Amino acid sequence: MHRYLAGLGLVLTCAISVQAQPAMPAMDHDAMDMQGGVAPADARDPDAWSGGYRRGVGPYALGHGHHGMGLHAMADERLFAGVLVDRLERAGHDGTHVEGRAWIGNAYDKAMLKAESGIERGRIDDARTELLWSHAVATYWDTQIGLRHDDGAGRPARDWLAIGIQGLAPYWFELEATAYVGEGGRTALRLAGEYELLITQRLILQPRVEAQFQGRADPATGVGSGLTTGALGMRLRYEFSRQFAPYVGVERSGAFGDTADLSHNAGHPSVRTRWVAGLRLWF
Amino acid sequence: MEFESNGRLLLPRRRFVQGLAAGGLLAGWTAASGGAEAGPRLGTPPVLRGTEFDLVIAEQTIVIDGVASIATTVNGSLPGPTLRLREGDTVTIRVTNRLREPTSIHWHGLLLPYDMDGVPGISFDGIAPGATFTYRFPVRQAGSYWYHSHSGFQEVRGLYGSIVIDPARPASLAEDRDYTVLLSDWSDEDPMRIMAKLKTQSDYYNYQQPTVQDFARDVAREGWKAALDRRRMWNRMRMSPTDLADLSSATLRYLCNGMTPEANWTGLFQRGERVRLRLVNGSGNTFYDVRMPGVPLRVVQVDGQEIEPVTVDEFRFGPGETCDVVVQPTDDAATLFAQTMDRTGFARATLAVREGLTAPVPKPDPVQWLGMADMMGGMGHGMQGMRPMQSMDHAGHALPAADALAVPGSRVRHARTEYGPSTDMRVDQPRTGLDDPGIGLRDNGRRVLTLDDMRTLGGPLDARGPGREIELHLTGNMERYTWSIDGLEYGKSTPVHFAHGERLRVILHNDTMMTHPMHLHGMWSEVETPEGDFQVRRHTVPVQPAQRLSFLVTADAPGRWAWHCHLLMHMEAGMFREALVA
Repeated sequence: MHRYLAGLGLVLTCAISVQAQPAMPAMDHDAMDMQGGVAPADARDPDAWSGGYRRGVGPYALGHGHHGMGLHAMADERLFAGVLVDRLERAGHDGTHVEGRAWIGNAYDKAMLKAESGIERGRIDDARTELLWSHAVATYWDTQIGLRHDDGAGRPARDWLAIGIQGLAPYWFELEATAYVGEGGRTALRLAGEYELLITQRLILQPRVEAQFQGRADPATGVGSGLTTGALGMRLRYEFSRQFAPYVGVERSGAFGDTADLSHNAGHPSVRTRWVAGLRLWF
Repeated sequence: MEFESNGRLLLPRRRFVQGLAAGGLLAGWTAASGGAEAGPRLGTPPVLRGTEFDLVIAEQTIVIDGVASIATTVNGSLPGPTLRLREGDTVTIRVTNRLREPTSIHWHGLLLPYDMDGVPGISFDGIAPGATFTYRFPVRQAGSYWYHSHSGFQEVRGLYGSIVIDPARPASLAEDRDYTVLLSDWSDEDPMRIMAKLKTQSDYYNYQQPTVQDFARDVAREGWKAALDRRRMWNRMRMSPTDLADLSSATLRYLCNGMTPEANWTGLFQRGERVRLRLVNGSGNTFYDVRMPGVPLRVVQVDGQEIEPVTVDEFRFGPGETCDVVVQPTDDAATLFAQTMDRTGFARATLAVREGLTAPVPKPDPVQWLGMADMMGGMGHGMQGMRPMQSMDHAGHALPAADALAVPGSRVRHARTEYGPSTDMRVDQPRTGLDDPGIGLRDNGRRVLTLDDMRTLGGPLDARGPGREIELHLTGNMERYTWSIDGLEYGKSTPVHFAHGERLRVILHNDTMMTHPMHLHGMWSEVETPEGDFQVRRHTVPVQPAQRLSFLVTADAPGRWAWHCHLLMHMEAGMFREALVA
C-alpha cells in the first residue's frame, strides 16, 4: 500500500515543488513568486477600506428585499453547470469507451460527477462512477472528495471513498491523482495526465497517460496488487467548435503484474495497441 | 438645415428604421416613426432635445449578418436616441419598461443624486416590468456622455445611447459638423451562456493561441534557445501571451452606430469643413483602437471633459470611455477604422462628401504578444517608454510624515486574499507608464494618444491634496475565469467607504494581464502623475497590465455608488465594488 501512497506523494510533491522550485535566471524565480504562496503577516486587509460598513445595510442602503428586488447581485454568485464528454470512442472490435464529467457550481466549489465505462456487445462490462465535491485550494488546483462506485456485467460492485487533487501544472499539464479506500481495507490509486499541443488553432494533438494501482489483489474484479493497468494514448482532434471535436488516435494499454496474469488467464492479451475514433463534446 | 443660436449646426433627425433597412442590418422592427425623409446618415440615432424625455425599453428582433436575435432597445432604435441636454437645466426622463424583466438606465459619467444613478439594488430598485420610473436631476456639466442599462446583460443587447450636453455658455469655437459615433459590439449568443462557456474554458473564443507552427517559425528565425525562452515564462506560469480579449470575432460583430462594417455608417461633410466626432465606446467587452487613415485626429475632449487639444493618429478606446475628436478630411471620403485590441475584427464608418463614397479600409494589424512589462511591470526590462516604479522597499519608509501623501505611495501591499485560488498573479514591481499606449500600439509608427498626453483644461476641481490614500488591486484568475478586486468578487466584498467631503487618493494596481477600464459612478477620478501632479479628469480610468496608477476623488456625492470594470464580463464576474459616501 505504501507504494501508491508514495506515488500520490510523488505527484503532489512534483506539483508543489515545480511551483516553488528555484530557477536559474533571477527573473524566472521572481516570476514564480508572482503566483500562489502564503500571505505574509502584514498583508493588507481587503475590508480595511469599508469603515465597518457592509453592503445592503447602513446609510443609503436599500436593504435586503427592499420592495422585493433585493441586493445587487452579479454572476459571481450564480451557479454554472456543464457536461464534458471527453472521450466517446470506438476501438475496432473492442467496443465503445465513454469517459466524461458533469458539474454544477461556481469557480471555487462544484459538485462533480465523473464517469467512465466500457461497453462491449451492448453491455456495460466495466464502469467507474464518482460523485465528488471539488474545492479550489490554490490558483490552479482543486481538491476532490467523494464516493466512487465500480460496477459492470459479470463482476462484483465495489464502493470507495475518494480523495484527490486535480489541476494544471506548470507548462500546462493537466493532472489528476485520486486515492481510494474501499471496504475491507481495499485501497487504490489512479493517476492521469494529459497535454494539449496546438498544431493549429483547431487541430489539437493530445497525449495522455493513465495508471491505476491497487493495494491488494481483488481476483473477483480481475486485478492484482501494485500497478494494475496503464494506458498511453495520443489523440488528434479537430475542433469544428470548442464543443464539437471528432478525433482519431492510437492507444497502447496494458495490464501489469498479477493483473496481467489474471487478464491472460481470462484470454485477453496483457498489452495491446488500439486505433480509436471518437468524439469530444461539451455543452 | 437648422442652426443653433451659437451657430453650431443642428443634427438633422434621421429616421433610424429607414437607415437600418437601407443598411441591410435589420428587419422586423416595429415601425417607430413615420416620415419618409431620404436620409444619407444611415444608422444615425434620432436626437431628442429639451428637458422632458420619454424613453421606452422593449424587445425587438434584430437581424445582423442574416442571423435573427432579440435586442433590447430604447424607443425602437439601436443605439437608442441621442439625448441633447443643456448644462444648467433640470431634466425629467421617464423610462418605461416593456420587458418581462426589470430594467434600468444608468447615466454614465453624469454627476447626479445617487438615487438617480440607475443601478438596481444599489441606488434604486430598478424598473419593474410595465412600470415607469421618472429620473429627474440637474445637469451640472457639459460634454459627451452616454447611457446604458445596468441590469444583467441588457447593455450588450442594445440598451445604450449617447448624451450630448451643450455648455451653459456656448463655446467660442464650433465645428461645422457634429456627429455622435457610438461603437458597440453584438453577439447572437446569450451573454450568460457566453459567461458559462468562459467559466468552463476561459480561452474559448481565443483563436490566436501559440501553436506548434508558431514555435517552428520562431526556431527557424531565432534559434531554439530564443524560441524556448520566449515561451518558458508563460508556460511555467500557465498564462497566455495572446490573452488580449476574452471575447473575439468568434462571437462578436463590431458595430458603429448600430451598423456592421459592410453596412458602413456614413456621415456627410463638405470639403474644408471641420467635423466633430463624439465617440462613445458602448461595447460590452471590446477595446477599440481608433484611427482615420490619412486624417489627423485632434482630440479635444475625453470623458466629457475638455483637454488641451492634442493631435494624434490613433487612440485606444475602452468600454465606457468617451472621446471627442475634430477632423478635417482632405479627400472626398475618409474611413473611421476601429480595430479591436485582439485584431480579430473592426468597426468601420465613413465620412464622405456624398453618400456611397468610400475610402480604403485597412486590414487589422498583426497580433502582438503581451510583453514582459505586461506581466512583470518594472521588472520587464527593455520596454521603451516604461518608467518603472521604485521597488517596493523604498518610498513609504523614506518620506517624512508631513509629505507622506505628496506623491502616490509606491510600496506595494497585496491584500491577503490575493494569495488564494482567486488570483493567478501578483505584480510586485509595477510600472506607472502613463506614456505607454499599451500592447499592440507600441512602436507602430503612428502617434498614439496616451494618458500622458491628456491634460484637462482648468486643472483639478478641488485644490486640496489627498487626506488619505487607499490602495486596491485589480485581480483575476484566467484559468478559472474569475475577476475581482483584492482577490474578492463583489459577492464577498464590503463597500469602500469615502467620508463625505473628503479628498482622497485611490491607487489602482493591476495584478492581471488585461487592461481594465475602471468606472467610478457619481464622482470624478482625477488621474495624477507619479509625482502627484494633476493630469486628467476621467469617469473611466483604463489601467494597463502590471500598471499602478492613482487618482484623486472628492467625495462630495453622498450615497451608494457602483465602481467596476466596464468590461461587462469582468464586472459580472465580480470586478465590482460599492463605494459608500457618508
